[in-house]
Amino acid sequence: MSGNHHHHEEDFIFKYIFSQDHKMIAKQFLITGGLMGFVGIIMSVIFRLQLGWQGEPFPFLESFMGDWAPNGVLDPDKYLALVTLHGTIMVFFLLTAGLSGTFSNLLIPLQIGARDMASGFLNMLSYWFFFMSSMVMISSIFVEGGPASAGWTIYPPLSALPQAIPGSGLGMTLWLTSMALFIVGSLLGSLNYIVTIMNLRTKGMSMTRMPLTIWAFLITAILGVLSFPVLLSAALLLIFDRSFGTSFYLSDIFIGGKVLEYDGGSPILFEHLFWFLGHPEVYIILLPALGLSSEIISTNSRKPIFGYRAMIGSMLAIALLSFLVWGHHMFVTGMNPFLGAVFTFTTLLVAIPSAVKVFNYLTTLWKGNIVYTPAMLFSIGLVSTFITGGLTGIILGDSALDINVHDTYFVVGHFHIVMGLSAAFGMIAGVYHWFPKMFGRMMNNKLGYAHFWTTIVSAYGVFFPMHFLGLAGIPRRYYTNSNFPLFDDFIDMNQMISVFAILAFLAQLIFAYNFFYSIFKGQRAPQNPWRSNTLDWTTPVEHLHGNWPGEIPEVHRWPYDYSKPGAEEDFIPQTVPLAEGEFDEGHTEDEH
Amino acid sequence: MMTFLTIVAVFLVLFVIGQVLGVFELSAKLRGRNVYDVTEKESKVQSVMMLVFLAAYFTFILWQVNKWGGSTLPVPASLHGVTTDTLLSITWWIIIPMFVLTHILLFYFAFKYVYNKNRRAEYFAHSNKLELIWTAVPTIVLTILILYGLNTWNSITTPLTDDVDHIKMELYAKQFDWTARYSGADNKLGSADVHLIDATNPVGLDVRDENGNDDIIVKGEFHLPVNVPVQFNFRSQDVIHSAYMPHFRAQMNCVPGMTTKFKFTPTITTAEMKQITKNPDFNYVLLCNKICGAAHYNMQMAIIVESQEDFDKWLAGQKPFKAEEAPAMEVEKTVVEDTAVEAVEQVEADKAEI
Ligand code: HEM
Ligand SMILES: [Cu+2]
Ligand SMILES: [Cu+2]
Repeated sequence: MSGNHHHHEEDFIFKYIFSQDHKMIAKQFLITGGLMGFVGIIMSVIFRLQLGWQGEPFPFLESFMGDWAPNGVLDPDKYLALVTLHGTIMVFFLLTAGLSGTFSNLLIPLQIGARDMASGFLNMLSYWFFFMSSMVMISSIFVEGGPASAGWTIYPPLSALPQAIPGSGLGMTLWLTSMALFIVGSLLGSLNYIVTIMNLRTKGMSMTRMPLTIWAFLITAILGVLSFPVLLSAALLLIFDRSFGTSFYLSDIFIGGKVLEYDGGSPILFEHLFWFLGHPEVYIILLPALGLSSEIISTNSRKPIFGYRAMIGSMLAIALLSFLVWGHHMFVTGMNPFLGAVFTFTTLLVAIPSAVKVFNYLTTLWKGNIVYTPAMLFSIGLVSTFITGGLTGIILGDSALDINVHDTYFVVGHFHIVMGLSAAFGMIAGVYHWFPKMFGRMMNNKLGYAHFWTTIVSAYGVFFPMHFLGLAGIPRRYYTNSNFPLFDDFIDMNQMISVFAILAFLAQLIFAYNFFYSIFKGQRAPQNPWRSNTLDWTTPVEHLHGNWPGEIPEVHRWPYDYSKPGAEEDFIPQTVPLAEGEFDEGHTEDEH
Repeated sequence: MMTFLTIVAVFLVLFVIGQVLGVFELSAKLRGRNVYDVTEKESKVQSVMMLVFLAAYFTFILWQVNKWGGSTLPVPASLHGVTTDTLLSITWWIIIPMFVLTHILLFYFAFKYVYNKNRRAEYFAHSNKLELIWTAVPTIVLTILILYGLNTWNSITTPLTDDVDHIKMELYAKQFDWTARYSGADNKLGSADVHLIDATNPVGLDVRDENGNDDIIVKGEFHLPVNVPVQFNFRSQDVIHSAYMPHFRAQMNCVPGMTTKFKFTPTITTAEMKQITKNPDFNYVLLCNKICGAAHYNMQMAIIVESQEDFDKWLAGQKPFKAEEAPAMEVEKTVVEDTAVEAVEQVEADKAEI
């Protein structure tokens, strides 16, 4: 393992660029994912300008977007391009690679007591695939015809035919290439996470003594390994259709004045394959956020997480169900109605483990002794968004109701709140909480508070009103609603949403500032700033290869012994041996 | 110039923030504490903010309901729309109390249990009883919702049979407009094929199929008689579109290569709806609700719901698709070739423009 390259000096390139150290790779994921996220947010601000002030010119757009915004008015094709890239970047680059990549890498070895990942080399490859994938995606912005514009779901035939939309030319080829690279990177990462968690736990770290973060990363990695290959095959078949004239997804098409030669394919097949990944993907995004926030809420409530085993159980249940519900994205595709019924049933079942999680969070806060770090604020924000967005899922999951709101702004509101906001909040909370572990310095709390309140207010200001738009029948991916007098009542709402969107963006600048300022100028971190129990806080502040200078510590208890009666301090690290006759919540039967 | 000034301004603001932070940290150091330590007072302020936020959030929601509640979800104008709206109301009655309750608990706990160094949190790690309750209660509630939902879904998706009087028609989608086709006197839609599409045969009807000869093809708007069930077939010529008629709570994708179906019975005429909405310009619409290209946002067709007499009168004024006008299968090749040449020229011309 990594013991051999313990002490020799590395030069710059191997330390910062081709690093095989999980802590450095985590930072690489964070910075790359964060920058991609920044691009994604800017895109949303640009298309929100169009939606808020439909058709009004913003001359500065033309100055940096050129013919994407002739006379300062965004072009309809490019609107779709921006929406597509925004969705793709946010889902895959920010909240899959940026979130899971960062924290799985940082925390798995540190919290299970391992010197590094099982394979440092594969881990490095995983980052570099992600990096290349990011570069290819960004480069697609600049090619002729523009980047992919068929929505992040890239349904064929739209995504297959450049005649249908210019972005389906080279732009789509690059999108597919980028995603293929992304998937390879993600698989390398996930396999590594699974192997590491299964094999490299330190002495005493039984499965039921693992922090919920690790459980979340484990389950996420399993989901990724099982679902991403399906997306890869979907993409491959699409590549065949696009470039080699096969007809997996295409049939009976008359476009540009002629009949195309495709025969016998079905676009619905693509949808099945896409959502077989697509739905688990939302949990690939969400579960790590839930894991991080469980840890943060418990630590800062100075109280054990309530229902540790139920939390694990509900994550497993959610993971299992996530493979059985993809059809809820396809209720109105003409899929067999009986199948629709089955998917309604399985989908609504997801509400049960989700409800269990929410109540467990609430009970964790109850009678706690809550310290408000910025991480804690964002974690509470996550619980709020998870509830708000989760509840509207009960409407969307019910096929009879989905008929009317499918593909409207109701959906945009729903998934941004439950997936976008919850995961983003979890990720941000994670950054505040583990910043001292990553950079050895502290972030500024005051700015953190300002960041949280401006963010949650503007985020709800953006996404809550969208439910009204959707119920009124406004479809998503509309460049403007002004062609329908029916929607005129919502002109001022659209403006309000856009103003909040700009505020939300500005609020993230506070965060970016705090982040970079603190990397260089933040106060030096103590070893265990949050008085936390987990093993990560037993490593020295200065990073070293292999994580612990001496022996890897042994674990004697579960990670949630906060405010345990009889103990002097309000926390007992996992490394502290059990006292005579003390009961450990994380015990397993075979230890008796 | 503006851009430059903005950039300068941004940097100035950042610089000021940096200075202020520096001062904070210095003064904290002088007072002998770490800036990152959260003091009891700071926690207290945040905990009060939690309550303030709760109040603000609820107020914001009520304000929205008050301001936009009237313009959102339109009155259901179809038979099944009334049923789904009831199901929707029931669902709201479950969701809203859950939302309010959990939010009050969340933010109240966040306020109440703020850090106090003289208190200790309760070591409460699990309770089988509580966990059983909040597994069981959602299960029961969801079972009811699932049963009701599936019942509604089944009745919506069962196609009409021939013993029920109904109209058969087709909505045909292409970038970026709609074509409606009525099945005519025989109430049978003639078969169609993309290879037969041309200027005079927009949906590609096959003349050898007698059923199609009396089919009536319309553009711009289509009419429906009130209280008569309509069985729709949907097809698409190029990419996936979605026929969305929000007032009728109806939506179905139009997928190239296959025919999809949906049925509903309109119950309110356009004239009546004008009164209900107090809007003399009201019109039902069919919109496209699946991303389909640049003009996706403007792919619409008006729907007029009227009495049976008015409908019959209107339909009688429309021209049935006649045999002479359609190209027979034999001439297909040349036609296609001609249009192909045109298409290539078109593409070249477009390219030249760019
Ligand atoms: C400042 C923050 C954000 C704003 C203002 C914003 C705004 C929007 C809007 C208005 C749309 C719909 C556009 C349309 O349908 O025409 C959209 C689409 C989308 N957003 Fe965001 N969003 C934000 C953050 C996020 C985050 C954090 C995620 C992560 C999950 C996300 C994921 C998506 C996805 C997947 C789509 C769908 C793209 C598509 O239709 O293909 N967004 N966003
Ligand atoms: Cu899903
Ligand atoms: Cu369309």
